[in-house]
Amino acid sequence: MIQTLAFYLFAALVIASGTFVITARNPVHSVLWLILAFFNAAGLMVLVGAEFIAMLVVIVYVGAVAVLFLFVVMMLNIDFAEMRAGFIKNFPLGIAIALVLLAELVMGIGAYRAGILELGSPDGTGATPISMSNIEAFGALFYSKYVFLFEAAGLILLVAMIGAIMLTHRRRPDGARGHQDIGKQVRRNPDEATQMKQPGVGEGVEL
Amino acid sequence: MTEFFQSFGMNYEWAWFVATISGILLIALPLMLAVAMIIYVDRKVWAAINLRRGPNVVGPWGLLQSFADGLKVFLQETIIPSAANKGIFLLAPIITFTVALAAWAVVPFDAGVVLADINVGLLYILAISSLGVYGVVMSGWASNSKYPFYSAMRAAAQMISYEVSIGFILVCVVLFAGTFNLSAIVNEQQGFGLGIINAYVVHPLLFPMWVVFFISSLAETARVPFDLTEAESELVAGYQTEYSSMSFALFWLGEYANILLMCSLNTLLFFGGWLPPLDVDWIPWFDIPGIIWFLGKTFLFFFMFSWVMATVPRYRYDQLMRLGWKVFLPMSLLFVAVISGYLMATGHFEGQA
Repeated sequence: MIQTLAFYLFAALVIASGTFVITARNPVHSVLWLILAFFNAAGLMVLVGAEFIAMLVVIVYVGAVAVLFLFVVMMLNIDFAEMRAGFIKNFPLGIAIALVLLAELVMGIGAYRAGILELGSPDGTGATPISMSNIEAFGALFYSKYVFLFEAAGLILLVAMIGAIMLTHRRRPDGARGHQDIGKQVRRNPDEATQMKQPGVGEGVEL
Repeated sequence: MTEFFQSFGMNYEWAWFVATISGILLIALPLMLAVAMIIYVDRKVWAAINLRRGPNVVGPWGLLQSFADGLKVFLQETIIPSAANKGIFLLAPIITFTVALAAWAVVPFDAGVVLADINVGLLYILAISSLGVYGVVMSGWASNSKYPFYSAMRAAAQMISYEVSIGFILVCVVLFAGTFNLSAIVNEQQGFGLGIINAYVVHPLLFPMWVVFFISSLAETARVPFDLTEAESELVAGYQTEYSSMSFALFWLGEYANILLMCSLNTLLFFGGWLPPLDVDWIPWFDIPGIIWFLGKTFLFFFMFSWVMATVPRYRYDQLMRLGWKVFLPMSLLFVAVISGYLMATGHFEGQA
Protein backbone atom coordinates (compact mmCIF):
# COMPACT_ATOMS: atom_id res chain seq x y z
CA MET A 1 0.00 0.00 0.00
CA ILE A 2 2.61 2.52 1.12
CA GLN A 3 5.07 1.21 -1.48
CA THR A 4 2.46 1.63 -4.21
CA LEU A 5 1.64 5.15 -3.10
CA ALA A 6 5.34 6.02 -2.92
CA PHE A 7 5.93 4.55 -6.36
CA TYR A 8 3.16 6.58 -7.97
CA LEU A 9 4.30 9.71 -6.13
CA PHE A 10 7.93 9.36 -7.28
CA ALA A 11 6.99 8.28 -10.81
CA ALA A 12 4.53 11.13 -11.28
CA LEU A 13 7.06 13.63 -9.95
CA VAL A 14 9.81 12.31 -12.25
CA ILE A 15 7.59 12.69 -15.29
CA ALA A 16 6.22 16.07 -14.24
CA SER A 17 9.62 17.54 -13.42
CA GLY A 18 11.05 16.04 -16.62
CA THR A 19 8.35 17.85 -18.56
CA PHE A 20 9.06 21.09 -16.76
CA VAL A 21 12.79 20.76 -17.58
CA ILE A 22 12.01 21.21 -21.26
CA THR A 23 9.10 23.64 -20.92
CA ALA A 24 10.54 26.04 -18.33
CA ARG A 25 11.41 29.40 -19.87
CA ASN A 26 14.16 30.23 -17.41
CA PRO A 27 17.22 27.91 -17.74
CA VAL A 28 17.86 28.12 -13.99
CA HIS A 29 14.34 26.81 -13.39
CA SER A 30 15.08 24.02 -15.89
CA VAL A 31 18.14 22.95 -13.92
CA LEU A 32 16.20 23.02 -10.66
CA TRP A 33 13.47 20.81 -12.19
CA LEU A 34 16.20 18.50 -13.46
CA ILE A 35 17.54 18.21 -9.91
CA LEU A 36 14.05 17.31 -8.68
CA ALA A 37 13.87 14.66 -11.41
CA PHE A 38 17.23 13.17 -10.31
CA PHE A 39 16.08 13.15 -6.72
CA ASN A 40 12.83 11.36 -7.49
CA ALA A 41 14.68 8.87 -9.69
CA ALA A 42 16.81 8.11 -6.61
CA GLY A 43 13.56 7.56 -4.71
CA LEU A 44 12.46 5.00 -7.33
CA MET A 45 15.83 3.23 -6.99
CA VAL A 46 15.25 2.93 -3.24
CA LEU A 47 11.84 1.37 -3.94
CA VAL A 48 13.36 -1.38 -6.13
CA GLY A 49 15.91 -2.13 -3.39
CA ALA A 50 18.94 -0.51 -5.03
CA GLU A 51 19.64 1.86 -2.13
CA PHE A 52 23.39 2.05 -2.88
CA ILE A 53 22.78 3.32 -6.43
CA ALA A 54 20.12 5.70 -5.12
CA MET A 55 22.61 7.26 -2.71
CA LEU A 56 25.27 7.44 -5.45
CA VAL A 57 22.81 9.21 -7.76
CA VAL A 58 22.11 11.79 -5.08
CA ILE A 59 25.75 12.26 -4.09
CA VAL A 60 27.21 12.36 -7.61
CA TYR A 61 24.47 13.85 -9.78
CA VAL A 62 22.50 15.99 -7.37
CA GLY A 63 25.36 16.87 -5.03
CA ALA A 64 28.13 17.57 -7.50
CA VAL A 65 27.23 17.50 -11.21
CA ALA A 66 23.99 19.47 -10.94
CA VAL A 67 25.58 22.05 -8.62
CA LEU A 68 28.19 22.79 -11.28
CA PHE A 69 25.42 22.87 -13.89
CA LEU A 70 23.48 25.37 -11.84
CA PHE A 71 26.65 27.33 -11.24
CA VAL A 72 27.36 27.70 -14.94
CA VAL A 73 23.76 28.45 -15.93
CA MET A 74 23.43 31.09 -13.22
CA MET A 75 26.58 32.89 -14.31
CA LEU A 76 25.81 32.85 -18.02
CA ASN A 77 23.70 35.70 -19.28
CA ILE A 78 21.51 33.79 -21.67
CA ASP A 79 19.75 35.61 -24.50
CA PHE A 80 16.40 33.85 -24.94
CA ALA A 81 15.61 35.36 -28.34
CA GLU A 82 18.90 34.07 -29.74
CA MET A 83 18.21 30.61 -28.31
CA ARG A 84 14.79 30.37 -29.92
CA ALA A 85 16.25 31.49 -33.24
CA GLY A 86 18.34 28.29 -33.32
CA PHE A 87 15.28 26.11 -32.78
CA ILE A 88 14.43 25.47 -36.45
CA LYS A 89 18.06 24.80 -37.34
CA ASN A 90 18.50 22.21 -34.56
CA PHE A 91 15.05 20.65 -35.04
CA PRO A 92 16.14 17.70 -37.28
CA LEU A 93 18.98 16.81 -34.90
CA GLY A 94 16.58 16.88 -31.97
CA ILE A 95 14.15 14.60 -33.81
CA ALA A 96 16.98 12.18 -34.63
CA ILE A 97 18.08 11.96 -30.98
CA ALA A 98 14.47 11.50 -29.89
CA LEU A 99 14.05 8.63 -32.37
CA VAL A 100 17.20 6.92 -31.09
CA LEU A 101 15.94 7.21 -27.50
CA LEU A 102 12.52 5.86 -28.54
CA ALA A 103 14.17 2.88 -30.27
CA GLU A 104 16.21 2.18 -27.12
CA LEU A 105 13.05 2.30 -25.03
CA VAL A 106 11.23 -0.11 -27.33
CA MET A 107 14.21 -2.48 -27.28
CA GLY A 108 14.37 -2.24 -23.50
CA ILE A 109 10.70 -3.15 -23.16
CA GLY A 110 11.17 -5.98 -25.65
CA ALA A 111 14.13 -7.35 -23.71
CA TYR A 112 12.14 -7.09 -20.48
CA ARG A 113 9.24 -9.04 -21.97
CA ALA A 114 11.65 -11.74 -23.22
CA GLY A 115 12.46 -12.73 -19.63
CA ILE A 116 14.94 -11.79 -16.93
CA LEU A 117 18.67 -11.58 -17.57
CA GLU A 118 20.74 -14.33 -15.93
CA LEU A 119 23.47 -12.66 -13.93
CA GLY A 120 26.58 -14.65 -13.02
CA SER A 121 27.98 -17.75 -14.69
CA PRO A 122 26.01 -21.01 -15.12
CA ASP A 123 27.83 -22.80 -12.29
CA GLY A 124 26.48 -20.25 -9.81
CA THR A 125 29.69 -18.33 -9.15
CA GLY A 126 29.37 -14.59 -9.57
CA ALA A 127 25.66 -14.57 -8.86
CA THR A 128 24.95 -12.60 -5.72
CA PRO A 129 23.19 -14.25 -2.79
CA ILE A 130 19.94 -12.63 -1.75
CA SER A 131 21.19 -12.15 1.82
CA MET A 132 24.01 -9.81 0.76
CA SER A 133 23.57 -6.08 1.16
CA ASN A 134 23.79 -3.89 -1.95
CA ILE A 135 27.32 -2.68 -1.29
CA GLU A 136 28.68 -6.16 -0.55
CA ALA A 137 27.08 -7.53 -3.70
CA PHE A 138 28.63 -4.74 -5.78
CA GLY A 139 32.01 -5.32 -4.20
CA ALA A 140 31.83 -9.06 -4.74
CA LEU A 141 31.07 -8.59 -8.45
CA PHE A 142 33.28 -5.58 -9.21
CA TYR A 143 36.40 -6.89 -7.52
CA SER A 144 36.17 -10.45 -8.80
CA LYS A 145 34.32 -11.07 -12.05
CA TYR A 146 34.46 -7.59 -13.57
CA VAL A 147 37.74 -6.45 -12.02
CA PHE A 148 39.43 -5.60 -15.35
CA LEU A 149 36.48 -3.63 -16.69
CA PHE A 150 36.15 -1.85 -13.37
CA GLU A 151 39.83 -0.92 -13.22
CA ALA A 152 39.78 0.13 -16.88
CA ALA A 153 36.82 2.44 -16.23
CA GLY A 154 38.68 3.96 -13.28
CA LEU A 155 41.80 4.44 -15.40
CA ILE A 156 39.84 6.15 -18.19
CA LEU A 157 38.29 8.56 -15.68
CA LEU A 158 41.72 9.28 -14.19
CA VAL A 159 43.18 10.00 -17.62
CA ALA A 160 40.21 12.26 -18.43
CA MET A 161 40.70 14.13 -15.17
CA ILE A 162 44.42 14.64 -15.69
CA GLY A 163 43.73 15.70 -19.28
CA ALA A 164 41.19 18.29 -18.15
CA ILE A 165 43.62 19.66 -15.58
CA MET A 166 46.44 19.83 -18.15
CA LEU A 167 44.22 21.62 -20.69
CA THR A 168 43.11 24.29 -18.25
CA HIS A 169 46.39 24.71 -16.41
CA ARG A 170 48.13 27.99 -17.13
CA ARG A 171 51.77 28.24 -16.19
CA ARG A 172 52.42 31.73 -14.94
CA PRO A 173 55.83 33.36 -15.30
CA ASP A 174 57.68 33.34 -12.02
CA GLY A 175 56.72 36.08 -9.61
CA ALA A 176 53.67 37.12 -11.63
CA ARG A 177 50.70 38.64 -9.85
CA GLY A 178 48.28 36.10 -8.54
CA HIS A 179 50.86 33.59 -7.40
CA GLN A 180 50.51 32.96 -3.67
CA ASP A 181 53.34 31.56 -1.58
CA ILE A 182 51.53 30.76 1.66
CA GLY A 183 54.75 29.82 3.50
CA LYS A 184 56.32 33.16 2.64
CA GLN A 185 53.19 35.04 3.68
CA VAL A 186 53.08 33.29 7.04
CA ARG A 187 56.79 33.86 7.68
CA ARG A 188 56.48 37.64 7.25
CA ASN A 189 57.39 39.66 10.34
CA PRO A 190 57.13 43.39 11.08
CA ASP A 191 60.86 43.98 10.54
CA GLU A 192 60.91 42.99 6.89
CA ALA A 193 57.31 43.87 6.03
CA THR A 194 57.36 47.51 7.14
CA GLN A 195 59.77 50.40 6.67
CA MET A 196 60.04 53.67 8.49
CA LYS A 197 60.07 56.70 6.19
CA GLN A 198 60.36 60.33 7.06
CA PRO A 199 59.20 62.13 3.92
CA GLY A 200 59.97 65.82 3.73
CA VAL A 201 57.18 68.25 2.92
CA GLY A 202 56.11 67.98 -0.75
CA GLU A 203 58.58 65.19 -1.57
CA GLY A 204 56.56 62.03 -1.21
CA VAL A 205 57.88 58.49 -0.75
CA GLU A 206 59.70 56.33 -3.28
CA LEU A 207 58.35 52.79 -3.15
CA MET B 1 7.74 1.44 18.15
CA THR B 2 5.72 -0.26 15.41
CA GLU B 3 4.94 -3.14 17.81
CA PHE B 4 3.72 -0.66 20.40
CA PHE B 5 1.14 0.75 18.00
CA GLN B 6 0.24 -2.72 16.75
CA SER B 7 -0.71 -3.60 20.32
CA PHE B 8 -3.57 -1.13 19.96
CA GLY B 9 -5.03 -3.35 17.25
CA MET B 10 -3.78 -1.43 14.20
CA ASN B 11 -2.62 -3.45 11.22
CA TYR B 12 1.10 -3.44 10.44
CA GLU B 13 1.11 -0.74 7.76
CA TRP B 14 -0.85 1.79 9.78
CA ALA B 15 1.18 1.01 12.88
CA TRP B 16 4.37 1.57 10.87
CA PHE B 17 3.01 4.82 9.51
CA VAL B 18 1.98 6.20 12.89
CA ALA B 19 5.23 4.99 14.48
CA THR B 20 7.33 6.71 11.81
CA ILE B 21 5.41 9.98 12.10
CA SER B 22 5.76 9.99 15.89
CA GLY B 23 9.44 9.07 15.54
CA ILE B 24 9.96 12.07 13.26
CA LEU B 25 8.23 14.35 15.76
CA LEU B 26 10.23 12.84 18.64
CA ILE B 27 13.45 13.77 16.85
CA ALA B 28 12.46 17.07 15.22
CA LEU B 29 10.82 18.80 18.18
CA PRO B 30 13.62 18.19 20.74
CA LEU B 31 16.07 19.09 17.98
CA MET B 32 14.42 22.49 17.56
CA LEU B 33 14.61 23.02 21.32
CA ALA B 34 18.25 21.90 21.25
CA VAL B 35 18.98 24.37 18.45
CA ALA B 36 17.44 27.21 20.46
CA MET B 37 19.48 26.32 23.52
CA ILE B 38 22.65 25.71 21.54
CA ILE B 39 22.46 29.22 20.07
CA TYR B 40 22.32 30.50 23.64
CA VAL B 41 25.32 28.31 24.57
CA ASP B 42 27.18 29.56 21.53
CA ARG B 43 26.70 33.18 22.53
CA LYS B 44 27.53 32.47 26.19
CA VAL B 45 30.77 30.63 25.35
CA TRP B 46 31.75 33.30 22.90
CA ALA B 47 31.05 35.99 25.50
CA ALA B 48 32.97 34.15 28.23
CA ILE B 49 36.06 33.86 26.03
CA ASN B 50 35.77 37.56 25.17
CA LEU B 51 35.39 38.38 28.91
CA ARG B 52 31.83 39.60 28.39
CA ARG B 53 28.60 38.50 30.06
CA GLY B 54 26.66 37.45 27.00
CA PRO B 55 22.85 37.26 26.98
CA ASN B 56 21.69 37.64 30.60
CA VAL B 57 18.45 39.62 30.56
CA VAL B 58 15.63 37.41 29.26
CA GLY B 59 14.79 34.75 31.84
CA PRO B 60 17.15 33.34 34.47
CA TRP B 61 20.77 33.74 33.24
CA GLY B 62 19.33 34.80 29.90
CA LEU B 63 18.19 31.24 29.17
CA LEU B 64 15.11 32.41 27.24
CA GLN B 65 17.10 34.71 24.94
CA SER B 66 16.72 32.45 21.90
CA PHE B 67 12.95 32.27 22.37
CA ALA B 68 12.74 36.05 22.62
CA ASP B 69 14.76 36.27 19.39
CA GLY B 70 12.48 33.73 17.77
CA LEU B 71 9.39 35.70 18.79
CA LYS B 72 10.91 38.91 17.47
CA VAL B 73 11.72 37.29 14.13
CA PHE B 74 8.26 35.74 13.95
CA LEU B 75 6.58 39.12 14.38
CA GLN B 76 8.66 40.81 11.70
CA GLU B 77 7.32 41.55 8.26
CA THR B 78 8.33 39.15 5.49
CA ILE B 79 9.98 41.29 2.84
CA ILE B 80 10.42 39.94 -0.67
CA PRO B 81 12.57 42.15 -2.89
CA SER B 82 10.57 43.28 -5.92
CA ALA B 83 13.21 42.03 -8.38
CA ALA B 84 13.62 38.69 -6.65
CA ASN B 85 12.60 35.41 -8.23
CA LYS B 86 9.72 34.89 -5.84
CA GLY B 87 9.20 31.12 -5.90
CA ILE B 88 12.86 30.21 -5.54
CA PHE B 89 13.40 33.00 -3.02
CA LEU B 90 10.81 31.45 -0.70
CA LEU B 91 11.80 27.85 -1.48
CA ALA B 92 15.49 28.28 -0.57
CA PRO B 93 15.15 28.62 3.24
CA ILE B 94 12.63 25.77 3.29
CA ILE B 95 15.13 23.52 1.50
CA THR B 96 17.93 24.46 3.90
CA PHE B 97 15.73 23.73 6.89
CA THR B 98 14.24 20.47 5.56
CA VAL B 99 17.60 19.09 4.53
CA ALA B 100 19.10 19.92 7.92
CA LEU B 101 16.31 17.97 9.62
CA ALA B 102 16.23 15.06 7.14
CA ALA B 103 19.80 14.02 7.88
CA TRP B 104 18.87 13.25 11.50
CA ALA B 105 16.76 10.27 10.37
CA VAL B 106 19.76 7.91 10.44
CA VAL B 107 21.57 9.25 13.52
CA PRO B 108 21.50 6.62 16.32
CA PHE B 109 21.05 8.25 19.73
CA ASP B 110 21.45 5.00 21.64
CA ALA B 111 21.62 1.30 20.81
CA GLY B 112 18.55 0.78 18.63
CA VAL B 113 17.23 4.32 19.12
CA VAL B 114 17.23 5.44 15.49
CA LEU B 115 14.43 6.36 13.12
CA ALA B 116 15.81 4.58 10.03
CA ASP B 117 18.47 1.94 10.67
CA ILE B 118 19.43 1.63 6.99
CA ASN B 119 22.59 -0.12 5.80
CA VAL B 120 23.73 2.89 3.74
CA GLY B 121 23.36 5.35 6.64
CA LEU B 122 26.68 7.08 6.15
CA LEU B 123 26.08 7.50 2.40
CA TYR B 124 22.63 8.89 3.20
CA ILE B 125 24.18 11.55 5.43
CA LEU B 126 26.72 12.39 2.72
CA ALA B 127 23.92 12.62 0.13
CA ILE B 128 21.67 14.79 2.27
CA SER B 129 24.47 17.11 3.35
CA SER B 130 25.42 17.57 -0.30
CA LEU B 131 21.87 18.84 -0.85
CA GLY B 132 22.43 21.59 1.71
CA VAL B 133 24.31 23.67 -0.82
CA TYR B 134 21.14 24.17 -2.88
CA GLY B 135 19.46 26.29 -0.23
CA VAL B 136 22.41 28.66 -0.27
CA VAL B 137 22.87 28.76 -4.05
CA MET B 138 19.17 29.23 -4.73
CA SER B 139 18.80 32.01 -2.16
CA GLY B 140 21.87 33.74 -3.54
CA TRP B 141 20.59 33.64 -7.10
CA ALA B 142 16.93 34.39 -6.36
CA SER B 143 17.73 37.45 -4.23
CA ASN B 144 18.88 39.19 -7.42
CA SER B 145 21.52 41.10 -5.50
CA LYS B 146 25.30 41.15 -5.76
CA TYR B 147 26.32 40.25 -2.22
CA PRO B 148 24.10 37.17 -1.88
CA PHE B 149 25.25 36.02 -5.30
CA TYR B 150 28.94 36.27 -4.37
CA SER B 151 28.13 34.41 -1.17
CA ALA B 152 26.32 31.67 -3.08
CA MET B 153 29.31 31.23 -5.41
CA ARG B 154 31.66 30.94 -2.46
CA ALA B 155 29.37 28.55 -0.61
CA ALA B 156 28.96 26.23 -3.58
CA ALA B 157 32.71 26.02 -4.23
CA GLN B 158 33.54 25.64 -0.55
CA MET B 159 31.02 22.90 0.23
CA ILE B 160 31.91 20.82 -2.84
CA SER B 161 35.63 21.12 -2.06
CA TYR B 162 35.36 19.97 1.51
CA GLU B 163 32.84 17.24 0.78
CA VAL B 164 35.52 15.48 -1.28
CA SER B 165 37.92 15.15 1.64
CA ILE B 166 35.06 14.32 4.04
CA GLY B 167 34.13 11.49 1.66
CA PHE B 168 37.64 10.03 1.81
CA ILE B 169 37.72 10.32 5.61
CA LEU B 170 34.43 8.44 5.81
CA VAL B 171 35.98 5.75 3.59
CA CYS B 172 38.80 5.36 6.16
CA VAL B 173 36.27 4.85 8.95
CA VAL B 174 34.22 2.45 6.83
CA LEU B 175 37.36 0.41 6.07
CA PHE B 176 37.87 -0.10 9.80
CA ALA B 177 34.21 -0.76 10.57
CA GLY B 178 33.37 -2.81 7.46
CA THR B 179 29.88 -1.29 7.25
CA PHE B 180 28.04 1.88 6.30
CA ASN B 181 25.45 1.47 9.05
CA LEU B 182 26.03 4.08 11.77
CA SER B 183 24.85 1.85 14.63
CA ALA B 184 27.18 -0.91 13.47
CA ILE B 185 30.07 1.57 13.19
CA VAL B 186 29.53 2.55 16.83
CA ASN B 187 29.29 -1.08 17.93
CA GLU B 188 32.59 -1.85 16.14
CA GLN B 189 34.27 0.78 18.30
CA GLN B 190 33.54 -1.07 21.56
CA GLY B 191 36.90 -1.98 23.08
CA PHE B 192 38.74 -0.84 19.94
CA GLY B 193 41.75 0.82 21.59
CA LEU B 194 43.90 -1.75 23.46
CA GLY B 195 40.74 -3.67 24.20
CA ILE B 196 39.36 -1.07 26.61
CA ILE B 197 38.92 2.30 24.87
CA ASN B 198 35.64 2.76 22.99
CA ALA B 199 36.78 5.16 20.28
CA TYR B 200 38.30 5.01 16.81
CA VAL B 201 40.22 8.21 17.42
CA VAL B 202 42.91 6.50 19.54
CA HIS B 203 44.26 4.66 16.52
CA PRO B 204 47.41 6.45 15.26
CA LEU B 205 46.17 6.19 11.66
CA LEU B 206 42.70 7.51 12.46
CA PHE B 207 43.68 10.37 14.78
CA PRO B 208 45.00 12.60 11.95
CA MET B 209 41.86 11.73 9.99
CA TRP B 210 39.71 12.93 12.89
CA VAL B 211 41.63 16.23 12.98
CA VAL B 212 41.02 16.67 9.25
CA PHE B 213 37.38 15.69 9.70
CA PHE B 214 36.87 18.20 12.49
CA ILE B 215 38.36 21.03 10.43
CA SER B 216 36.38 19.93 7.37
CA SER B 217 33.18 19.91 9.39
CA LEU B 218 33.88 23.52 10.38
CA ALA B 219 34.26 24.31 6.68
CA GLU B 220 31.22 22.28 5.65
CA THR B 221 28.96 24.13 8.08
CA ALA B 222 30.64 27.49 7.27
CA ARG B 223 31.69 28.07 10.87
CA VAL B 224 34.16 30.69 11.81
CA PRO B 225 37.56 30.27 10.28
CA PHE B 226 35.72 29.35 7.07
CA ASP B 227 32.62 31.55 7.26
CA LEU B 228 33.45 33.26 3.97
CA THR B 229 29.84 32.83 2.85
CA GLU B 230 28.61 35.34 5.42
CA ALA B 231 31.75 37.36 5.98
CA GLU B 232 30.13 40.54 7.30
CA SER B 233 33.13 42.72 6.51
CA GLU B 234 32.93 41.80 2.82
CA LEU B 235 29.43 40.58 1.99
CA VAL B 236 27.02 42.22 4.48
CA ALA B 237 25.24 39.04 5.65
CA GLY B 238 26.04 36.82 2.68
CA TYR B 239 23.20 34.85 1.15
CA GLN B 240 20.80 35.91 3.94
CA THR B 241 21.16 39.62 3.18
CA GLU B 242 17.75 40.02 1.53
CA TYR B 243 15.87 37.76 3.96
CA SER B 244 13.76 38.78 6.90
CA SER B 245 11.30 37.29 9.34
CA MET B 246 10.57 33.54 9.23
CA SER B 247 12.51 32.84 6.06
CA PHE B 248 15.59 34.24 7.82
CA ALA B 249 14.80 32.19 10.93
CA LEU B 250 14.62 28.99 8.84
CA PHE B 251 18.16 29.61 7.55
CA TRP B 252 19.26 30.23 11.09
CA LEU B 253 17.69 27.05 12.50
CA GLY B 254 18.91 24.96 9.58
CA GLU B 255 22.44 26.23 10.02
CA TYR B 256 22.57 25.27 13.69
CA ALA B 257 20.84 21.92 13.07
CA ASN B 258 23.62 21.21 10.55
CA ILE B 259 26.28 22.19 13.07
CA LEU B 260 24.76 19.82 15.63
CA LEU B 261 24.68 17.09 12.97
CA MET B 262 28.39 17.55 12.26
CA CYS B 263 29.13 17.43 16.02
CA SER B 264 27.16 14.21 16.35
CA LEU B 265 29.00 12.73 13.34
CA ASN B 266 32.31 13.46 15.06
CA THR B 267 30.92 11.62 18.08
CA LEU B 268 29.57 8.64 16.13
CA LEU B 269 32.50 8.06 13.81
CA PHE B 270 35.49 8.72 16.03
CA PHE B 271 34.41 8.90 19.69
CA GLY B 272 32.24 5.83 20.17
CA GLY B 273 28.77 7.37 19.92
CA TRP B 274 26.58 6.30 22.84
CA LEU B 275 29.32 4.09 24.41
CA PRO B 276 31.10 5.25 27.57
CA PRO B 277 34.79 6.12 27.08
CA LEU B 278 36.22 2.90 28.56
CA ASP B 279 34.94 -0.62 28.07
CA VAL B 280 35.29 -1.68 31.74
CA ASP B 281 32.73 -2.88 34.24
CA TRP B 282 34.19 -1.75 37.58
CA ILE B 283 32.99 1.81 36.92
CA PRO B 284 29.17 1.76 36.56
CA TRP B 285 29.40 3.54 33.21
CA PHE B 286 27.07 1.29 31.33
CA ASP B 287 24.29 2.11 33.84
CA ILE B 288 24.18 5.67 32.50
CA PRO B 289 21.82 5.70 29.49
CA GLY B 290 23.66 5.77 26.18
CA ILE B 291 21.78 8.85 25.03
CA ILE B 292 23.41 10.84 27.86
CA TRP B 293 26.86 9.83 26.63
CA PHE B 294 25.91 10.64 23.05
CA LEU B 295 24.48 14.07 23.86
CA GLY B 296 27.36 14.83 26.23
CA LYS B 297 29.98 14.06 23.59
CA THR B 298 28.05 16.01 20.96
CA PHE B 299 27.87 18.97 23.32
CA LEU B 300 31.63 18.73 23.91
CA PHE B 301 32.19 19.05 20.17
CA PHE B 302 29.80 21.96 20.00
CA PHE B 303 31.82 23.62 22.74
CA MET B 304 34.92 23.13 20.58
CA PHE B 305 33.10 24.72 17.63
CA SER B 306 32.25 27.76 19.77
CA TRP B 307 35.78 27.86 21.14
CA VAL B 308 37.20 27.96 17.62
CA MET B 309 34.68 30.65 16.69
CA ALA B 310 35.83 32.88 19.55
CA THR B 311 39.55 32.33 18.98
CA VAL B 312 40.60 32.26 15.35
CA PRO B 313 40.36 34.89 12.63
CA ARG B 314 38.73 34.26 9.26
CA TYR B 315 40.62 32.54 6.44
CA ARG B 316 41.22 34.24 3.14
CA TYR B 317 39.28 32.61 0.32
CA ASP B 318 42.28 31.35 -1.66
CA GLN B 319 43.75 29.91 1.55
CA LEU B 320 40.48 28.07 2.14
CA MET B 321 40.60 26.53 -1.33
CA ARG B 322 44.29 25.69 -0.97
CA LEU B 323 43.67 23.94 2.36
CA GLY B 324 40.83 21.91 0.88
CA TRP B 325 42.36 20.84 -2.41
CA LYS B 326 46.12 20.91 -1.83
CA VAL B 327 46.37 19.77 1.79
CA PHE B 328 43.29 17.82 2.90
CA LEU B 329 42.49 16.03 -0.36
CA PRO B 330 45.99 14.54 -0.95
CA MET B 331 46.33 13.78 2.75
CA SER B 332 43.01 11.93 3.04
CA LEU B 333 43.64 10.13 -0.25
CA LEU B 334 47.03 8.98 1.05
CA PHE B 335 45.43 7.80 4.28
CA VAL B 336 42.83 5.76 2.40
CA ALA B 337 45.70 3.89 0.69
CA VAL B 338 47.78 3.60 3.87
CA ILE B 339 44.85 2.41 5.98
CA SER B 340 43.77 -0.18 3.40
CA GLY B 341 47.36 -1.44 3.23
CA TYR B 342 47.61 -1.53 7.01
CA LEU B 343 44.33 -3.42 7.37
CA MET B 344 45.34 -5.94 4.70
CA ALA B 345 48.74 -6.44 6.32
CA THR B 346 47.27 -6.99 9.79
CA GLY B 347 44.65 -9.41 8.46
CA HIS B 348 41.69 -7.23 9.44
CA PHE B 349 39.56 -8.52 6.56
CA GLU B 350 40.19 -12.23 7.13
CA GLY B 351 36.98 -14.06 7.85
CA GLN B 352 34.91 -11.34 6.18
CA ALA B 353 33.14 -12.04 2.94
